[in-house]
Amino acid sequence: MSRITAEEGLKPATGVPVAKTDPDAPGWRGLLKKGNFRDYGLMIALVLIMLFFEYTTHGVLFQPLNLTNLILQNSYVVVMALGMLLVIVAGHIDLSIGSLVGFVGALAAVLMVNYNVNYALATIMCLAVGGLIGASQGYFIAYLKIPSFIVTLAGMLVFRGLTLAVLQGASVGPFPDFFQLLSKGFIPKLNGFDLSLPIAAVLWLILVGTGWRRLSNQRKHGVVAESVGSFLIRNGVIGLVLFGFAFQMTQYRGLPNVLIIMFVLIMLYRFVTNKTTIGRRIYALGGNVKAAKLSGIKTERLTFLTFVNMGVLAGLAGMIFAARLNTATPKGGVGFELDVIAACFIGGASAAGGVGKVTGAVIGAFIIGVMNNGMSIMGIGIDYQQVIKGLVLLAAVCLDVYNKNKA
Amino acid sequence: MAAILEMRGITKTFPGVKALDNVNLKVEPGEIHALVGENGAGKSTLMKVLSGVYPFGSYEGEIFYEGQLSKFRDIAESEHVGIIIIHQELALVPLLSIAENIFLGNETSRFGVIDWDQAFARTRDLLKTVGLDENPETLITNIGVGKQQLVEIAKALSKKVKLLILDEPTASLSEKDSDALLSLLLNFKKQGISSILISHKLNEISKVADQITILRDGTTVETLNCHTTEINEDRIIQGMVGRDMAHRYPPRTPKIGETLLEVKSWNAHHHLHADRLVVKNINFTVRKGEIVGIAGLMGSGRTELAMSIFGRAYGQGISGTVRMNGKDADVSTINKAIEAGIAYVTEDRKQLGLVLDENITKNTTLANLPGVSTAMVIDEDKEYGVASDYRTKMRIRSFGVAQQTVNLSGGNQQKVVLSKWLFTEPQILILDEPTRGIDVGAKYEIYAIINELADQGRGVLMISSEMPELLGMCDRIYVMNEGKFVGEFPAAEASQETIMRAIMRSKELH
Repeated sequence: MSRITAEEGLKPATGVPVAKTDPDAPGWRGLLKKGNFRDYGLMIALVLIMLFFEYTTHGVLFQPLNLTNLILQNSYVVVMALGMLLVIVAGHIDLSIGSLVGFVGALAAVLMVNYNVNYALATIMCLAVGGLIGASQGYFIAYLKIPSFIVTLAGMLVFRGLTLAVLQGASVGPFPDFFQLLSKGFIPKLNGFDLSLPIAAVLWLILVGTGWRRLSNQRKHGVVAESVGSFLIRNGVIGLVLFGFAFQMTQYRGLPNVLIIMFVLIMLYRFVTNKTTIGRRIYALGGNVKAAKLSGIKTERLTFLTFVNMGVLAGLAGMIFAARLNTATPKGGVGFELDVIAACFIGGASAAGGVGKVTGAVIGAFIIGVMNNGMSIMGIGIDYQQVIKGLVLLAAVCLDVYNKNKA
Repeated sequence: MAAILEMRGITKTFPGVKALDNVNLKVEPGEIHALVGENGAGKSTLMKVLSGVYPFGSYEGEIFYEGQLSKFRDIAESEHVGIIIIHQELALVPLLSIAENIFLGNETSRFGVIDWDQAFARTRDLLKTVGLDENPETLITNIGVGKQQLVEIAKALSKKVKLLILDEPTASLSEKDSDALLSLLLNFKKQGISSILISHKLNEISKVADQITILRDGTTVETLNCHTTEINEDRIIQGMVGRDMAHRYPPRTPKIGETLLEVKSWNAHHHLHADRLVVKNINFTVRKGEIVGIAGLMGSGRTELAMSIFGRAYGQGISGTVRMNGKDADVSTINKAIEAGIAYVTEDRKQLGLVLDENITKNTTLANLPGVSTAMVIDEDKEYGVASDYRTKMRIRSFGVAQQTVNLSGGNQQKVVLSKWLFTEPQILILDEPTRGIDVGAKYEIYAIINELADQGRGVLMISSEMPELLGMCDRIYVMNEGKFVGEFPAAEASQETIMRAIMRSKELH
């Protein structure tokens, strides 16, 4: 982000020792330094972690069934990480989303199972309830200026309690078949032909296309972007991974529906954060709320909206989660907020606000997900799983701070 | 008598930049030694070398303190021998008392238990020495910046200071507080305490300094002895910028048109205390092509007036009317004020003006994003064009427009803020202390920009605590004191004396 060209203007003093890591140096080091180190570093870390678990689980990790599980298990974390990223960039935090997942799941179950409400209507109602809850919390935070930590901590207790109340302490299920497709459905085959590979090709082309546009824009605007070579290598690797993944998926039941929902949401939020005025204003608000306000930005309304958005996404995640388990349980979603927040921070978001990327948060979510999955297969107990996850979070943020100070 | 401090051939290199190149500085015992230079000339770096922030070994050259070669490894070591730095940004804890702050890290304690009786007694003595009449138990947050500065000095005195270094101590002080501070320095001089005074305010320096060392681009230009050579501001500026600055203000022939902004019976109350009126029944006008100044002391209500007009960004219980081009204007929110054609450039560009983590482009378009987007989608080509355009026009010195604003110098940051507001196409620009903390060369450029804006037919309302600046730039000057306008002078009739007299007379009437 901060790398710049010396096309004109200031020149460094003469006779000065060259910095040790020359950004123009050839080879991998130069490649890493030149573009956005943060993005590459994360992606490489994810790949290394996957390879590590592929080895230690004796090949179980990449098996079609397990890959499918990995996607299904992580979909709700990814969905919520998108909302949490905006909340964190705006300079806030939301601790209530785990309870929200439980509450909305419970609500969906009670509506559909106990009251036989139509699944479509129930889905819309649940999303609306998520939004309303987000709005009520956002109102306290944005307009009454109560710290988000406190408001959402209260929300965490309130909605966990309401989950128990709605379910009357028992699990409710199963859901109607069609609703289950949200989590358990797969893209249907076309005359027996699995669409996974064509879909992967389309996704890859979209990624390469948008990436290329961004790269050429950056070059035009004098930002030091990555070289064409490294762009090709990077997208080549992504392509290989994508096609390899899609191929593995064809060996099981194809691409899960929820993967498509996820992909669409990721692209949407990337677009909103990078290209739209509302995205830009959220970053400005998180970077310096006073300056943003004096520039005519309605900071309160924007903060309010990020929490409404978070509520809706948590509602969606709650339904995906409930559909996957096929029951709503009083314990549903406990501790989810921690995985989601960790994903954002591993992905490079700053706790001070103003900094963070959608791509980073998504990769962060997958790093957490692969670790959860891999360690479970390896048979590591829940006790040490938490220890390891905590240490990885700390290490990622330390590395981030170290890089920032060096720059 | 031997010098108390001699720095010889100091060279300090950062990766990519030589910040100091063979700098020499010699301070005699009991003298006030002024250190001047443009921003980035190396003054602060030199003082960091002296105080051990950059430890021995990280620089070349030698430091002799009281005749001995000194190798300070950190601030504690330099403080131990009596070198105390008071930084521009005060290092006080707002919610602790004066006494607690003075002895912070240096508590009078036995076995970790603080002896408060002794602390308060010593604080009272110290406060008396610096001439501050406050209760030691008063919280720092409840006293003004001027008094906080004095607390910092009292803190330095508590540590048995021999060499006091003040980094721009009067930058945010009113004239009266500055004078008090300077006479305190003169007092210390009599007691044999030497001081190094870093300041941009050359009139103060010529008043108190015994010697002046001028830095430019990391090298020592010269050291002037104030007792043997004739010193005036122009002489110092010449050394600082390496050229003769006969004209500190760019020339301009005003082309003044009809009335643009008219504010009538404007009142505003304090943002916390609803019963305290801080802007009292203000009436004023700004015409097209006119630069109007508001003079006054710190805390006279100038910023409060400006911000309350700019979409009620300050205060409550605001009343009065604003007319633009003869028509009533709605300025009830910041957005509406911007739409009405008003721009407000804050006095604090780092806290209120810029998003420092973001680059020049994003800061430039922040107040007018719709101007570079269609249906809420930002057109990055257009945005880049706008930012580059302003960068060229304003002569912002940076590596392109993708540079983060946090890395720019004060003058260039101010130009980015000005670009942001010009992109909203304002008719009226309210500039609050537009050149605060900016070096002489960059000031001239900002002045030239202001002149050009007026020549384009915009109205400029300029708030400044530096009276020469107002006198050099404005066509008309209002004088504000304690929330009221107490005088109005056309440029021809205004002088420092008339303005001060207007302020003083208004005080007598109370």
